[in-house]
Amino acid sequence: MLVIKGLTKYFAKNSPHETLAIDNFNLRIRKGDFVTIIGSNGAGKSTLLNLIAGTLQQDEGEIRLSGEVITYQPEHQRARWIGRVFQNPLLGTAPYMTVEENLSLSLKREKRGLRLGLNKNLQKFFRERLSELNLGLEDNLSKKVGLLSGGQRQAMTMLMATMFIPQVLLLDEHTAALDPESSKKILKLTRDLVEERQGDLITLMVTHNMKQALEVGNRTVMMDRGCNIFDIQGKEREKINVDYLLKQFTKLRKQEYIEDRMILV
Amino acid sequence: MSISLLLHALEQGLVFGIMVLGVFITYKILDFPDLTVEGSFPLGAAVAAKVIFSGGDPLWGTFLAIMAGSLAGLITGLLHTKLKLTNLLSGILTMTLLYSVNLRIMGRPNIPLLGKVTLLGEIENYFPNLSIDYLIPFFFLFLVAILKFSLDFFLSTEIGLAIIATGDNEQMIKSLGANTDLTKIIGLCISNSLVALSGALFAQYSGFADLNMGLGTIVAGLASVIIGISIIKIPTIFWRTIAVLVGSLVYRSIMIVALRYGYSFGFKPGDLKLISVLLVVIALTVPFVKRKLNFITRFNLGRKDLQNNQGKEV
Repeated sequence: MLVIKGLTKYFAKNSPHETLAIDNFNLRIRKGDFVTIIGSNGAGKSTLLNLIAGTLQQDEGEIRLSGEVITYQPEHQRARWIGRVFQNPLLGTAPYMTVEENLSLSLKREKRGLRLGLNKNLQKFFRERLSELNLGLEDNLSKKVGLLSGGQRQAMTMLMATMFIPQVLLLDEHTAALDPESSKKILKLTRDLVEERQGDLITLMVTHNMKQALEVGNRTVMMDRGCNIFDIQGKEREKINVDYLLKQFTKLRKQEYIEDRMILV
Repeated sequence: MSISLLLHALEQGLVFGIMVLGVFITYKILDFPDLTVEGSFPLGAAVAAKVIFSGGDPLWGTFLAIMAGSLAGLITGLLHTKLKLTNLLSGILTMTLLYSVNLRIMGRPNIPLLGKVTLLGEIENYFPNLSIDYLIPFFFLFLVAILKFSLDFFLSTEIGLAIIATGDNEQMIKSLGANTDLTKIIGLCISNSLVALSGALFAQYSGFADLNMGLGTIVAGLASVIIGISIIKIPTIFWRTIAVLVGSLVYRSIMIVALRYGYSFGFKPGDLKLISVLLVVIALTVPFVKRKLNFITRFNLGRKDLQNNQGKEV
């Protein structure tokens, strides 16, 4: 269970440019949930993921993972449970290191010691996992990652984010920067890798694409101005389409507008 | 070039090669231009010389020099990671503070070691049948080989890979659970302990320690790394460490030749630093100038027969 309670984050706090990025955000996610997060630009989707991963520190509120408060742990400690894939395919892998070295780095996430980072067994395991991607990477274990295409690198990052068996998987528009073909492949790979865990994983996927948000996963959260404005799951979610989402969005925005005016009056 | 001059270049290339391995770790692997070396090289020399001059065991003195060097790296690392100073400034501050520390350790600007029992003297006593001319270069070669292979091994361990990744993609390795503050500090400590070891050995080899002997260490180190990597281009750690050692040998050879024959061209010893800077600039810009020249020739001559349809040379 991932519980986010009263999470608040300001950017440039105590300055004239102060911006409220996450505004008293609440969300409870059960094990096995695959949540897609949508919202317009600046809604705070990426900030939310950065707060969960520990890249950013919250100003208020707390995040609990399986009952344990993780809000004050540094990013590298949370990495023991959290797998991440970024929008930029270049961010998730180290270009001057080889395919197998990258995979090795992602597998061992704590207590790194003076054991060799690679050995025969690991290489065999990496070859098996890479062959499942159908990208021919299994024959290029010692190739530098910088020589691979964006799609191949993103597929590798997907594998690296799930191979070590995380509790939480954070996907930040991870198909947005790819061509349509690669994007489709990565999305299919995402589904396969999540299914492999058979309801044992918490997945949060940020997307701009509303259609995708309803097709993938079992729950959808809509964000606006740092708030969780709409949360739909299960049978209800199966009935709705993009139009409904858009109408809902306008409707909710209007409500907010009225509230603003009431304060002014 | 006479045999003795060659041996001289080999010895110097190897002794300074240890320092170059250190610079390689920071400059090439961590992507951290570490100026601490300007202070940790004479620091190693000062510590070893002080111990040896006061009659101590030279092995102990060399060991203390290594420890002092890693402490210098630790200071730079803490300034950079915990106090958030930029990498250049952290190095400059440590380098400057080490000047005072080195003077304190030595008690005076120069310690002569002639007539004292140094590590090299002990080794000579150990193999009385072998000629000194060949024993010293062999000893250095042996030591450098051990250091090179240990470094190769270290960089292939879990920590080693995390250190390489820190220089390659810091955000990634953070999200893969490595404390990049720690990996940077470990890298700096190892780098500066190698540099200090190099200083300690150089002091014993040349028979003195001097407060100003670190001047230009960073440029010499960078020149060696860059020359080496432009000669041997295979991008694996195993070949990279060989490349920078070869670079060190080439660099020292050039310096010795410039010193030995430079007089006929009107060079003075003081011009050596200028020459080493020119070497760095040339080594760094050769690939760029080559591309430019290539482009110009192609543009002017339009030799289509030499290009495939992507405009690449066949």
